[in-house]
Amino acid sequence: MSPRTGVYICSGCSIGESVDVDALSSVAAAEDGVTVTRTSAAFCLEDAQLIAKDAADGVDTVVVAACSQRVNRQVFRLGTTPVRRVNLREQVAWSQPARAEATQALAEDLLRMGIAAATRTAPATPYQDDHLHSILVVGAGPAGLSAAAAAADAGYEVTLVDRAPAPGGFLGRLFRGYPSGADSHLQDLQLESLLERVTTHAKVTLQTSTAVRRVSGQPGRFRVDLDHDGQTSEAEVGAVVFATGFEPAPDQFFGRYGLGELGDVITSVGMEEMASRGDIVRPSTGQPAQRVVILACDGPEDSANLPYVGSVTSMVALKQAMYVHQLRPDATVHIVYQDMQTPGLDELYYRHVQGQRGIFLVRGQAGPVRLQEDGTLTVPVAGSVLGRELELAADLVVLQVGMVPTSDPRSGAQSSLHLDYLQGESLPTHRAGFLDSNFLCFPFETRRTGIYTAGSVHRAQDLAACVRDGAAAALKAVQAVEKSAQGAAVHPRVGDLGYPQFFMQKCTACGRCTQECPFGALELDAQRHPVIEPNRCRRCGICMGACPVQVISFPDYSVEMLNAMQKSVELPEDDDKPRVLVLACENDAYPALDMVGINRLQYPAHFRTIPVRCLGSVNQVVVADAIQRGYDGVVLLGCRSGDNYQCHFIQGSELLGVRMDNVRETLGRLALETDRVQVIETSIADARALPGKLTAFASEIALMGPNPMKGF
Amino acid sequence: MVGGGIAGMTAALEAAEAGAQVYLVEKNPHLGGRVAQLSRYFPKLCPPACGLEINFQRLRDNQNIRLFTTAEVEELRGGPGHYQVRIRRDPRYVNDRCTACGACAQVCPVDRPNPFDYGMSTTKTIYLSHEMAYPMRYAIDGSTCLFEECGKCVAACPYQAIDLQMEAATVELEVGAVIVATGWQPYDARAITNLAFEHHPDVITNVMFERMLAENGPTEGRVLRPSDGSAVRSAAFVQCAGSRDRLHLAYCSGICCLASLKEASLLVERNPEAQAHVFYIDLRTPGTYQAFASKVIDHPRVRAVKGKVADILTDPQSGQLVVVADDMVHGGMERTPVDLVVLATGMVPNPGPEGPLGPDARDAFGFFEESIGGEGLFAAGCARAPVDVATSTLDATAAAMRALGVVRGVRVEA
Repeated sequence: MSPRTGVYICSGCSIGESVDVDALSSVAAAEDGVTVTRTSAAFCLEDAQLIAKDAADGVDTVVVAACSQRVNRQVFRLGTTPVRRVNLREQVAWSQPARAEATQALAEDLLRMGIAAATRTAPATPYQDDHLHSILVVGAGPAGLSAAAAAADAGYEVTLVDRAPAPGGFLGRLFRGYPSGADSHLQDLQLESLLERVTTHAKVTLQTSTAVRRVSGQPGRFRVDLDHDGQTSEAEVGAVVFATGFEPAPDQFFGRYGLGELGDVITSVGMEEMASRGDIVRPSTGQPAQRVVILACDGPEDSANLPYVGSVTSMVALKQAMYVHQLRPDATVHIVYQDMQTPGLDELYYRHVQGQRGIFLVRGQAGPVRLQEDGTLTVPVAGSVLGRELELAADLVVLQVGMVPTSDPRSGAQSSLHLDYLQGESLPTHRAGFLDSNFLCFPFETRRTGIYTAGSVHRAQDLAACVRDGAAAALKAVQAVEKSAQGAAVHPRVGDLGYPQFFMQKCTACGRCTQECPFGALELDAQRHPVIEPNRCRRCGICMGACPVQVISFPDYSVEMLNAMQKSVELPEDDDKPRVLVLACENDAYPALDMVGINRLQYPAHFRTIPVRCLGSVNQVVVADAIQRGYDGVVLLGCRSGDNYQCHFIQGSELLGVRMDNVRETLGRLALETDRVQVIETSIADARALPGKLTAFASEIALMGPNPMKGF
Repeated sequence: MVGGGIAGMTAALEAAEAGAQVYLVEKNPHLGGRVAQLSRYFPKLCPPACGLEINFQRLRDNQNIRLFTTAEVEELRGGPGHYQVRIRRDPRYVNDRCTACGACAQVCPVDRPNPFDYGMSTTKTIYLSHEMAYPMRYAIDGSTCLFEECGKCVAACPYQAIDLQMEAATVELEVGAVIVATGWQPYDARAITNLAFEHHPDVITNVMFERMLAENGPTEGRVLRPSDGSAVRSAAFVQCAGSRDRLHLAYCSGICCLASLKEASLLVERNPEAQAHVFYIDLRTPGTYQAFASKVIDHPRVRAVKGKVADILTDPQSGQLVVVADDMVHGGMERTPVDLVVLATGMVPNPGPEGPLGPDARDAFGFFEESIGGEGLFAAGCARAPVDVATSTLDATAAAMRALGVVRGVRVEA
């Protein structure tokens, strides 16, 4: 059946004053497959019904030429009928001079581009396979227990495993917890109640002494090999929460304080064990420790230590001072610290401890601990507030040791899910060995869909935060199983159904797509051809951008579509009508362009913008073809790459850089100026800077003169 | 979900994407709360608008969420699994026919101080909070509108979207669980009299400085002295303006050290000659934020001084601002002349629906308990404690999960 495309051109919001809408209608009507064109003074109001009625009467593809695709999405949603938006408002009427020839040409090109895209959009068929709603939680410490309880409470079957013989994780090694908020009492750890919540829950199966040997598959159906004291078993689950906790930083970080050499220098973990035994003593003699010095180990000279200082460390130092205070009320305690990390309501506990008789807080950097002739210790402290060096006499020195996530290779007890993924068996780490990526807006935007980290492998955090984190990770796991059941994407393209299709006859088995996918969604079959695990896919299109022979496409997003859009732009041969193709990331650059219009700022009318899912989805062929066709320039507008990358698909803008180097090489071979193709880094806050950046590019193009390939 | 800032919005989206039916109640006409007013986040120095854009698109695409703006919770009855909530919707005076074309604002004759810019700019009385406002619909400030006396916007609107007769309405809802994410407000800097906020126009608060740094703010991102519009060559960042002070806020506001370090780094980046002085008691940069803090402090034009600011004076001859601080490391009072003083004012929990939640819902400072009076009512974000964005979003996701557990009610004993 031939396509029946309806084109709906709005004249509202000053579009009608800016461009000739009737002329646009004629342009639309002349395009292949367009069977209906309508205009309205406001398609977002009552006339939206006209579109719905046409769709009911057989229009199978809809093009709405009106406001930006970013607004009125609910209004122009038509079930499964593909709807393509053409931005005549923000990016034409609001950012170009009204009734100018160049403005009209821009609008007509954008309309043709929209129709070209729409007619190359197929309704997406969701991936459907058997799926499970159960959740595996790895690690039965506070975060894992919390995750298990929360998921079970919400109705999901949970398998909770821990390689230790008993659940509880590090909680089992602690004496007391510190309070939060205005409470100033040492807290019971409530391990029993956490455990009870899980062990009494009909939906939780707890398996201790059990390690994960392998995880394969995808969200909705992960296959898990478990090892229970040498006995292996298999499980299938829909999603995974990884919460294997931390290990104390290794002793060798603390050699300068005599740890391991001096018997009365212990770690904060040793202090927990000592306090649990009920007395504060010198381990070397067993005699009471009357003078205790606690070192926060947070100064510049502790740089051999971990590259982060937890608020946990400060709070534990304060808490352990209170252990001494309570177990041995006549003892003195000095806490030596650089910055008291007690943000927020933790300040209240700091105040409380500070006010206790016998507890002294000394700001400074501790030096090497020395053994005196009588067997006691002295701790030199430099840089104190009083300005002179102190010598603190001590019977017992307690070192606050940091938390190394078990995901960190330096951890003595490294844990792994042993992922059966082509990209490797570990979850990718980001900062300081922690497992996450975007940790601000979306703390669970991880690189392995359906696998969420919680607790101390996620970030350095305390008990209460770990419990919260466990519940939060469980919610992400719930979303993963629910969306997998629908064959839909999870964050950030939530609900997106179309997933990449491969035209295998042309695949050269180069494997690039499998390497560049940020989410490890692609595996290789025996012929080394890519095989997609659709529920791992986040629909960014980076594979599509990677493929050197363009065999990868989505039903609603493809190289063919981008090329058709590019080709539908008219390229006049006049010297004063340069044409620049803009490929704009739809999360940052495209909204910024919209906001240029919302602020009624203007920029040259040479630019023809295609929104792309991620700059990483731009195949270099699209850029090379555009230049060969005669575009005077190509701009790739997207976000910052590098350490502080902003890409919500992790590395799209990074990958783009490499690909564009190749394109520039091609330009060089064609004896064209390589600067005709530029990546312009932009952010969503750049609306006021963008017109200047685009104008500068237009000036550069003007200096180069028209693309000599034009007209060939 | 009560509150449409980053915490409430996150909780709403996370719960809805897990399949729950969600009502999101926001007292302002637009979502985004305080984060929409920030210029950049620490430590990545990325604009909050980036994450907001994703969240707004998630909201637009999610049919499980019903949004009430200009709305507040008036009454809450019932218990876990069966709360009855009464919501008052104040008139927006603009209905959902609004296309945000802006014709109304062009004819509106009334300027009002813009609360989004903390009074540093004005808007028309019919306004969008900012260029990315969600919902993308204008609202009228009823406290400054001339109503029928004027009516110019009504005549100018091509879409019959303005209704000056609109009245408050009440909505009754049945819900299984409630999350309170009513956020925070800056501590009133006028109360800290020694810091001269009221006495010198070049003494501003950190939230005002954020607006100055923001490209969509009153100076379009340029750091200028409010008194004469000249480029700032030196600025003092005064930590704990109100926080950690028994006379003001006994607690630490948690985020200000990092916020000020971020602001200092943006100052020295934007004004290539400028010097930043950060006066602090403790630099609280927990966890992996330490790396960011060290990088900022190591900048040759950033100086961090461990010392509490005692006074902010104006030199009677030159009119120059002078920061007097007690240097805790080297001893003695030190005097630093600067162009601009930025007070790191603390976070105070917003007044919210305490009546409906009962008298014991809050602590002495006004923060809500995490789990308010047992199962079913939860607090998230800065309504619970002074926390940063990363903690707020995590918090909100956890609260959403607990709410989902209550709504689904599947607690089964083995």
